[in-house]
Amino acid sequence: MNIHIPTPLRTYTGGLETVTVSGATVSAVFEQLTSKYPELKQHLFTPEGKLRSFVNVYVNDDDLRYLADKEATAVTDRDELTIIPSIAGGTNCCPFA
Amino acid sequence: MLQISYADYEALRAHGEETYPHECCGVLLGKNEPGTGNRVHQLVRAGNTRTDSAHNRYNIAPQELVKIQRQARGLGLDIVGFYHSHPDHPAQWSPTDFAEAHWLACSYIITSVEKGKAVLTNSFLLTGTTEEDKKFEDEAIEIEIAEAQANNQKGQA
Repeated sequence: MNIHIPTPLRTYTGGLETVTVSGATVSAVFEQLTSKYPELKQHLFTPEGKLRSFVNVYVNDDDLRYLADKEATAVTDRDELTIIPSIAGGTNCCPFA
Repeated sequence: MLQISYADYEALRAHGEETYPHECCGVLLGKNEPGTGNRVHQLVRAGNTRTDSAHNRYNIAPQELVKIQRQARGLGLDIVGFYHSHPDHPAQWSPTDFAEAHWLACSYIITSVEKGKAVLTNSFLLTGTTEEDKKFEDEAIEIEIAEAQANNQKGQA
């Protein structure tokens, strides 16, 4: 299946925006991905092996967090996986009076 | 250095004025040019999902980011940065901006909007290689005025 890599992580995929790996589940795909591109692992997962909190993963148009089977979700070569870090911020200052 | 057209520069500042007193946010599509830096080719406005605290927080829905990244791919462009506004607050990154910045090598533009009027616009490049050593560095903005003038002249011809 095709996995779309966000700009900051392409350093670790040889500059590729889209990489292709196989696997029957999201978890298996991630194993293949990090086996093929080992440096990605520390950017995607905590030392405990959990997806970092700011890393969003979409299976086609579905957020992995909200899929019933999470990382065990079955996928085929026709599915697409998108890795997208979160973007947020703000002054966090001065609540309205 | 961040390169951006005058039209896009003005557009992101105008976005901050439109959403005042709330924070605006959007995505910079472009290319990283080795030796030069990020060059913006297109702005994409995004919705601020932090409706609970939109005057001092912003968040772009991941689903919207996925669509924007798909759009960039279709255009042969990359996500090279983001912009947002600071209503009645300086155009400097805040601890929240830093904590929630994860796009290394991308540009983060901040515009201060005072009483509804865009004032200062600064850019900060998120440097480093990991979450542990990341930092914001001041980034010069090169505004391509010559291109804007040429386009205006074409439009008038």
